[in-house]
Amino acid sequence: MQHNIYIYIFIMAAVTFLIRVLPLTLIRKKITNVTLRSFLYYVPYVTLAVMTFPAIIEATNSIWSGLAALIVGVLLAYFGVSLFGVAVCSCVVVFIIELIIL
Amino acid sequence: MSINKEWYKKGLRDGIPIALGYFAVAFTLGIVAKKAGLTAFQAGLATGLTNASAGGYAGFTLIAAGAGYLEVALTELIVNARYLLMSCALSQKLSPDTSILHRILVAFDVTDEIFGISVSVTGTLNPYYNYGAMTVAIPGWTLGTVFGVITGNILPASLVSALGVGLYGMFIAIIIPPAKKNGVIAALVIISMLASLAFSKLPVISSVSSGMRVIILTVVISIAAALLFPVKEEDDAA
Repeated sequence: MQHNIYIYIFIMAAVTFLIRVLPLTLIRKKITNVTLRSFLYYVPYVTLAVMTFPAIIEATNSIWSGLAALIVGVLLAYFGVSLFGVAVCSCVVVFIIELIIL
Repeated sequence: MSINKEWYKKGLRDGIPIALGYFAVAFTLGIVAKKAGLTAFQAGLATGLTNASAGGYAGFTLIAAGAGYLEVALTELIVNARYLLMSCALSQKLSPDTSILHRILVAFDVTDEIFGISVSVTGTLNPYYNYGAMTVAIPGWTLGTVFGVITGNILPASLVSALGVGLYGMFIAIIIPPAKKNGVIAALVIISMLASLAFSKLPVISSVSSGMRVIILTVVISIAAALLFPVKEEDDAA
């Protein structure tokens, strides 16, 4: 069967949008259940941590540059450097280290 | 009105590093789209409407393979299921009287990064903050893909490698400051990273796709934390 590229794109967009829009429009009230509230409170930190590591060391051309970016990023964030600052410094660290070792 | 404007500007500012990171990631996505046979317009349309890295990648690979429509739908559901959790969490961050139109617009661009900055806002989330971030993030994402299709491998590999890490730098900047203040969050961050490493390296379970890995670990670790360390109403502002 011949597939239409625009139907593919429509399916990708529709499924992705429904996943995002249903919780935001259906859950209108503050959730009062403490366990559920706590669960949703912890979700962002766990998700972002899971997505960051080990992906950060696999995203770069060398494990070591990614690892260095992770360590520098954690230190800078710990001492209160902004979102933009941490992101840019991570990139610079990777660029410099790969310039040296690759 | 001026409060909305302030939030919009703040979102715009916080969205710039996201847009730059997106541009780099989307660029590599564009290369995948080109291989799958999409034109620059089709690839830009797909990424502009989905705003999802893993979802875009999975979609393009399936298109390249000539997969069935149902398979595309199911795969998108699984790789993007984490957005379901994020949207649930965001629904609690918005004021309960936020209108349906605002909710729909905010929902359109719930991504890992925009979710990350939205939840780190102190107190209630103003939708205009998201609109500000979207104003730069969506073009960054879409144009990155388009440029990826058009220019292919022109950017040197070293630059692509360096730019690709920017998104993770941002994630770190989001999770570390709260972890510094809250021991439970600090422990969760470490446990989550170690568990994620184990999942990606150990035999058998490493065959689980990265999208599924994120869902499984998020659900299991967050439930455990919620049962062991329930959060009282006041601690909730972070």
